[in-house]
Amino acid sequence: MTVRFHRLVRTLAAVAFAGVALPALAQTEIQWWHSMTGALNDRVNEFAKGFNESQKEFKVVPVYKGQYPESMAAAIAAFRAGNAPDILQVFEVGTATMMGAKGAIKPVAQVMREAGEKFDPKVYVPAVAGYYTTTKGEMLSLPFNSSTVVFYWNKDVYEKAGLDPNRAPATWPEVMAAAAKIKTSGSSQCAYTTGWPSWVHVENFSAWHNVPIATKENGMAGLDTKFQINSPLHVRHWSNLQEWSKKGYFTYGGRTNEAEAKFYSGECAMLTSSSAAQANINRNAKFKYGVAFMPYYADVAGAPQNSIIGGASLWVMSGKPKDHYKGVAKFFTYLSDANRQAEWHQKTGYVPITLAAYDITKASGFYDKNPGTDVSVRQMNNKPPTANSKGLRFGSFVQIRDMFQEEFENMLSGKQDAKTALDNAVRRGDEMLRRFERTAKE
Amino acid sequence: MEKRVVFRSWWLPYVLVAPQLAITIVFFFLPAGQAIWQSLLAQDPFGTNVEFVGLDNFVTLVHDEYYLASFKTTAVFSVLVAGLGLVISLVLAVFADRAARGAGIYKTLLIWPYAVAHAVAAVLWLFLFNPTLGVVAHWIKGFGIAWDPLLRDRDAMILVVVAAVWNQISYNFLFFLAGLQSIPKSLIEAAAIDGAGPGRRFWTIVFPLLSPTTFFLLVVNVVYAFFQTFAIIDAATGGGPGNATEILVYKVYKDGFKALDLGGSAAQSVILMIIVIALTVVQFRYVERKVQY
Repeated sequence: MTVRFHRLVRTLAAVAFAGVALPALAQTEIQWWHSMTGALNDRVNEFAKGFNESQKEFKVVPVYKGQYPESMAAAIAAFRAGNAPDILQVFEVGTATMMGAKGAIKPVAQVMREAGEKFDPKVYVPAVAGYYTTTKGEMLSLPFNSSTVVFYWNKDVYEKAGLDPNRAPATWPEVMAAAAKIKTSGSSQCAYTTGWPSWVHVENFSAWHNVPIATKENGMAGLDTKFQINSPLHVRHWSNLQEWSKKGYFTYGGRTNEAEAKFYSGECAMLTSSSAAQANINRNAKFKYGVAFMPYYADVAGAPQNSIIGGASLWVMSGKPKDHYKGVAKFFTYLSDANRQAEWHQKTGYVPITLAAYDITKASGFYDKNPGTDVSVRQMNNKPPTANSKGLRFGSFVQIRDMFQEEFENMLSGKQDAKTALDNAVRRGDEMLRRFERTAKE
Repeated sequence: MEKRVVFRSWWLPYVLVAPQLAITIVFFFLPAGQAIWQSLLAQDPFGTNVEFVGLDNFVTLVHDEYYLASFKTTAVFSVLVAGLGLVISLVLAVFADRAARGAGIYKTLLIWPYAVAHAVAAVLWLFLFNPTLGVVAHWIKGFGIAWDPLLRDRDAMILVVVAAVWNQISYNFLFFLAGLQSIPKSLIEAAAIDGAGPGRRFWTIVFPLLSPTTFFLLVVNVVYAFFQTFAIIDAATGGGPGNATEILVYKVYKDGFKALDLGGSAAQSVILMIIVIALTVVQFRYVERKVQY
């Protein structure tokens, strides 16, 4: 008995000793927190698996940490407790918060440089790269999943209403003419609806018409930025939406993507929402539909310009051991591969974030086989981005977006007119920006 | 004659209350103290840039008309939730207490909703009242009444109040039923022999004897409406339309956990803490006097 016991102890000791003596065999684990669900979650796991099998030194561990705001809050709490993940997926409205947290993040460009990995920001689509690059030209996070606003219409309803089902309305007046016809002919109980009111009717509306959302290049050139969304053009558009809502042409669908369900269920005939909604619409819609550019006002000089992105990017957190950063850099190189990017774009409905991914997809004939899938790309690259259309960067933008949407709802419910709503939005937004400026001084 | 237990050793009583004290300190006083400290700071979410700003966060709140409006929303919401919740469950308890046959089934069915999580309850009601898919919304429209909780303040408020009350009724019902069953039958029978009708028997005997239960439930329901309903608000309306259903505790949650404005959120929770302390004091000082134990 004792002999056996001694042998056991010796074996255990040997195992323990081996573990200590041979650290080179141990893999470095890279924690990756993300917010991708369903099919997207599967894709994320495939990325990690593929990378882990391609080499032996590092192991990427993807962890789903809830929706975007939740995973960000979780990472912040973890950072404060000293055990943040290595890689964190952050949605675009959190960009300024991450940039403001100088000590908490490590710029991607720097991570790649230090690890000796090849990294060329120029391979990225300008409208995407601009979003995550400082005014000094340093790329802070790695673009991952980006989408933009597009217009969807139900071709079956169009036909019933006596409209040309193969021609999308190009301008807002055309959208409303179509809405009037759909309503009066009774071909659909709801004519037009929209997801993400602020993203569509403030942010992308401004970029698409080449008017500023705020001073200082929409906040990208400095924290002392002020909102300018109460311009006559903005007021005109919002008061049109209010009027169309009263007439029943426009049905309000909620603050996030609820409206997408209203479209694919067949309730609403027209929709403006994320290009990434296409996968869901494809799966659920029992009718023919088309995808087109966002509508605009034809009398605005320079419109249409180009649309801006939503979605998320990957941030590298600071304070990790050096070998972790080497692994992160290698993984980012793996992710940035043009073929992998092209596949990601084709399978998810997110826009291609590198120019090469777009070329590969185009050459493969994917766009011809799947009409409408290239609309978002073409719209994003419609014209070279200007200071008004390369993106936006506002601190506390999660709160500010909610404020914009609160004012929007109060306008639609008839409590205030468009001018008051937008003046309120600017005043409340500016207050938040000043508070943010105070805590995020450079 | 008072019954008193006297401890011989001086340290034993302290040891015996120590676990409870430790829990109170760790889970109540420390977090409360931390909230007060954070309410005096301005900081970025990651805490890499912290600045002491004194009462600035409070000054900002006092000047925020939307925050002030949230007080009114909270008052309306709490009065409706606590009031309706108590009245409906008392009525149900009285009837369940009287039921001669199948009382067990009624009781089980009435207690059931308590097992449903707040967020689930909200989603459930949201489905019923959804302007597009909801069955109830369909009926309401059938009566020719406009219904749109996405844009009409009153409709949204009705939705969250109904969900919050429904979720709390079972709890109230349980306590009321227990209270009713502990009232001696002989008292009621005596009153009946003296010629008191059911209404009179209820108001002069049952209701006063129930007052300790009612008072306890009033305190619990107010606290419930103030603090535990944010999951319902979050799932059903998100505080909208505009800010129509944004009650104080929901704003604390939204600003702190979604928007990561820790200073502002901490200041709000300090104000909320003061309100609830004040409310509880008022309840114990003025309402409890009317309670007959």
